[in-house]
Amino acid sequence: MTQKEISLEEQFQARIDRGESIEPKDWMPEKYRKTHIRQISQHAHSEVVGMLPEGNWITRTPNLRRKVGLLAKVQDEAGHGLYLYSAAETLGISRDEMFEQLHTGKAKYSSIFNYPTLSWADIGTIGWLVDGAAIINQVMLTRTSFGPYARAMVRICKEESFHQRQGYEIMIGLSHGTPEQKEMAQDALNRFWWPSLMMFGPKDDESPNTEMSVKWKIKRKTNDELRQQFIDITIPQAEYLGLTVPDPDLKWNEERGHYDFGAIDWDEFWQVVKGNGPCNKERLAARNKAWDEGAWVRDAALAHAEKKASKNVSKVA
Amino acid sequence: MNNSLYIYLLLLGDNSLILGHRLSELCGHGPNLETDIALTNHSLDLYGQVRSYYQYAAEVKGEGTEDSIAFLRNERQYYNVLLIEQPNSDFAHVICRQFLWDAYHLPLMRSLMKSKDDQISAIATKSEKEASYHLRFSSEWMRRLGDGTEESHAKLQAAFDHLYPYSFELFKETEIEKEMKENGIGANLSLIQTEWKKTTESVFEEANLKLPDTPPALTKGKQGIHTEAMGFILAELQYMQRAYPTMEW
Repeated sequence: MTQKEISLEEQFQARIDRGESIEPKDWMPEKYRKTHIRQISQHAHSEVVGMLPEGNWITRTPNLRRKVGLLAKVQDEAGHGLYLYSAAETLGISRDEMFEQLHTGKAKYSSIFNYPTLSWADIGTIGWLVDGAAIINQVMLTRTSFGPYARAMVRICKEESFHQRQGYEIMIGLSHGTPEQKEMAQDALNRFWWPSLMMFGPKDDESPNTEMSVKWKIKRKTNDELRQQFIDITIPQAEYLGLTVPDPDLKWNEERGHYDFGAIDWDEFWQVVKGNGPCNKERLAARNKAWDEGAWVRDAALAHAEKKASKNVSKVA
Repeated sequence: MNNSLYIYLLLLGDNSLILGHRLSELCGHGPNLETDIALTNHSLDLYGQVRSYYQYAAEVKGEGTEDSIAFLRNERQYYNVLLIEQPNSDFAHVICRQFLWDAYHLPLMRSLMKSKDDQISAIATKSEKEASYHLRFSSEWMRRLGDGTEESHAKLQAAFDHLYPYSFELFKETEIEKEMKENGIGANLSLIQTEWKKTTESVFEEANLKLPDTPPALTKGKQGIHTEAMGFILAELQYMQRAYPTMEW
């Protein structure tokens, strides 16, 4: 590194330390740019792939009110994908390139969406737990150092917290409903509890990105801190529903002021990350299919726009 | 109970229900995020209309709810036209089906805004705005696909050849529609057809579409006789209500 670069990097770090927002045209270390492209695009991909498990129940909602709620929710996820892809584009990558990375399996997205939605209660549980976990991550990100990402997060968080309440409301209905409905709710919690805890990523001592992320104020809390926060918030909610969290080791620790919890199956986590989860192949196949089948549509729109533009030019001439 | 009014509300609402369902199947699978969001919006608008029609229908009938009407009828008791239940074979079919319907739906809503029935007039007033931007969206896509590439034109022409013959059912007046027209509640379908022709002909021309020389399709959707696709739509739509009857969600 030249002396000039060292001093730029020091100035950059000083800006971060002062809590200033970094904007797309500001000087930034290449690694900061690359880390953001990776993180924001992964986040965008998670929104877009996340449409699939919930979309799986749109045609089968139990009533019209739930139909409208779910459709609007999945539509919001598409909107979040759009803001996030736009935020990433400010760093010099195109949406098509990001899609390419997703479709070829090069880019990751949140592993939780590689689990199947098997009953209507899964839709409630995803809203309650998955959106709940996402909010904990994302509220932190509203103060992240990169301006466009932080601003996108402010808007996204508002909608996510609405989704979380909507999901929890579905769970209240089920857990206070018939024995069959309560069983459906418990079964969904059993299946989604551990994958939800895995959403915060590996333990701190095994998380390669955490140190740099904290230094650059991309993350302001570690994976383990966020996971603990989620558990502490969620357990009383499960108790209110009268549902049992599937962890025999879970208990309140008076001394720590937190819940202690059992061991997470990290083998399962890495299996799913590596592409061997229950629905990895289906999710990627669905995205690829939509993209490939849409190619002629996108081509047509472009060709039409070009023809129109050239007609306008000849009119002016 | 005014049975004719009840059936008329189903004739109006069932088209929105089944088209809303078809569009909702696409959510998350669109050719890009923008069209995905737009078509989901259409679906949401249509379900909003469905709820208004069915809530009023339940009131007219003096029993049931929007949900019992949406989910608990048998196939022969749904009165949507066959155009609406045609599958999402590809994006050209989706757009063409939408356009043929939107060009009918907008003048229908404009006419029903003047209905002697206050509730229908109120629903139509709200839906007219939605129908108007739906038509703008589908007309633009008709032009894009028709004018875009050779491939898009061929696909649109194929969709058009398949769907156009079904559009005639929209204007085939049933006894109930005739009665509703005569007492000032319903629309005059022959006037709607004149409007429809005006709108569609100019777009067909801009999209370079050739009218198929096939006769109007044989259709009895408004009498509750559907295509084979309908049973599968209902199997999904009704699944929860049938599997877990009388529960609250």
